[in-house]
Amino acid sequence: MPDHAWNPGPDVVVVQRAPKAGAAGGLYRAFGETLRGLKTTFGQLREGVTTVQYPEEKIPVYPRFRGRHRLHTFENGLEKCVGCSLCAAACPADCIRVVAAENTPENRVSAGERYAAVYEINLSRCIFCGYCEVACPFDAITMGNDFELSDYNRSDLIFTKEMLLAEPLERTPLRAEGE
Amino acid sequence: MRTTLALVGYHEAVWIQIVKAIVIFAVGLQLVPLVLMMERKILGRFQQRYGPNRVGPFGALTPIADIIKLLTKESFRPRTSIGWLFRLAPILSIMAAVASLALVPFGDVQKIFGTPVGLYGVDLSIGPLYVFAFGAIAFYGVMLGGWSSGSKYSFLGAMRAAAQLISYEVAQGMALVGVVITAQTLSLTEIVTAQRGMWYVIPQFMGFLIFMVASFAETNRPPFDLVEADAELVGGYMTEYGGGGFALYFFAEYLNVIVVSGIATTVFLGGWLMPFGIHPPGWVDPFIVIGKMMVFVTFFIWVRATLPRLRYDQLMSFGWKVLLPLSTLNVLVTAIIVVAT
Repeated sequence: MPDHAWNPGPDVVVVQRAPKAGAAGGLYRAFGETLRGLKTTFGQLREGVTTVQYPEEKIPVYPRFRGRHRLHTFENGLEKCVGCSLCAAACPADCIRVVAAENTPENRVSAGERYAAVYEINLSRCIFCGYCEVACPFDAITMGNDFELSDYNRSDLIFTKEMLLAEPLERTPLRAEGE
Repeated sequence: MRTTLALVGYHEAVWIQIVKAIVIFAVGLQLVPLVLMMERKILGRFQQRYGPNRVGPFGALTPIADIIKLLTKESFRPRTSIGWLFRLAPILSIMAAVASLALVPFGDVQKIFGTPVGLYGVDLSIGPLYVFAFGAIAFYGVMLGGWSSGSKYSFLGAMRAAAQLISYEVAQGMALVGVVITAQTLSLTEIVTAQRGMWYVIPQFMGFLIFMVASFAETNRPPFDLVEADAELVGGYMTEYGGGGFALYFFAEYLNVIVVSGIATTVFLGGWLMPFGIHPPGWVDPFIVIGKMMVFVTFFIWVRATLPRLRYDQLMSFGWKVLLPLSTLNVLVTAIIVVAT
C-alpha cells in the first residue's frame, strides 16, 4: 500500500464477497448460510412482540405534540380570545374563521374590548403547523393532544367555538416528564 | 396372488372403508384452518407482531371469517377465460390434494369395538407412486387454472409452475427411492414398521434434506413460491380467481403442505413410532403422527419467515444441477450399501 493512501486503522469494514464459484463448496456454504438465517429469524421469535394494540393502547404524546386546537378561558369564565383574527391571518391553510363582536356590560364574554362571536376551525383543511398558537397574543388558542380526528362527514370536522372550548371527549394520554 | 393391480395391504369391509374415508377427510379438513392459523400466528411472531387477533379469542375464528368472506363473494369469470376449464381447474387441484391424504398412515391396525381397522385411508403396495401420480394430477389443476384464465400473469405463473413442479418432482421422487431401497417395500405402513430400529432420517439424512427442499418447491412454498410470486406476477396462476375458486386453491395449497408433512413424517420420522423404545397405546398413534406433521408445518413456516424468493434461473439450475445429481448419488450409494450388506 502506498503511504499516501489513507489508512482507516482498526475500523476496517470487511466486505463480504459473493459466493465463490464451484458447486459443492457453494452448496455447503449455502446450507450453512441457510442455517444462519434460520437462527437469526428464531432470535426474532425470542425478542417478543413490538406491536401496540392501537385502539386499546395508545402511545402517549409529548407535551409539544400539535394535536387538535383548544380555546381557553380565564378562571372567572371569561374567554381569553378577543377576536383579533391574528390566528386567521397567520394560518397558511386558511382554515380559521373569526367574526368579532363588541363586549357590552350586559353581555361580557371575553376579557378584552371585543370577543369572537364566531370562531370556527375547519380541521379537514388544518395542517397542524401551530402558527395560530404562535400568533395569538393572549394564549387563547393552543394545540392540544388529540389526534383522532376522523369523521363520516366533512361538515362535522368544522369545529365551532363551543367545541373548541369544551374538554375533549376522549383524552389522549400525555407523556409524563422524563418518560 | 399375482395381479397387475395394486395390492391393498389390509382387506376391510366396504362400510369400514367408507367410514374411514369420511373420518380422514373430516380430520384433514379440520387441519387446514389449524395450519392456516398457525402460519399466520407463528409468522407474526417471527416478524415481532401478534398476527390476527381480532376475530374470536386470540383470533381463533379468523379462518371461519375467511371462509365466510370467500364463499359469499361473487363468482366472477374473466371474459377471455375458458369457462368449463376455469371452473374445473381448482376442483382438480383440491381433489388431488385430498386423494393424496388417503395415503398418509395415521396409525397401525387397531381393534375398534373388536373390529380390526387400519388407521389409514388405504395401504397400497405402490404407496409413493400413488402420491406422485396424484401430485402430477395436481399440476393440471395449477396449469389449467393459469392457462384457462386468459390472463398473462396467470399464464406466466402456470408456465413457471409447469417447469418448477416437473423439475423438482424428479428430485423428490429420487429422494424417496433411497428409502424404498432401504425398506425394500413400497407400502407406506411397511416403511413405517421398517423404521422400528432407527428412523430413516438418520441413515437417509441426505435423502431427507433433498426431500424437504423439493417439497418446498412442490408445495409452492417460499423460497420457491415463484408460481405465485405476488411481487412480480400479481397472484400467479390464481390471479383471476376470486371467491370459491380462490378458496379451493388456497385450501389445496395448505392441504398439500399437510400431505407433504404427512409423507415426510411417514417416510423419514417413523410415522406413529416413538423413539427410545416408548410404546404408547394404539389410540395415541394418530396424535403422534399429527404432532410430527405439525413439526414439519412449523418448519415450513420458519423457512418462509427466513428465506427470500429465488430467481428463476437459480431455481432451475438448483433443481437440475444440484438436487438431481445429489439425489441420484444418494440412490446409488444407498443401493450399493444395501447390496453389499
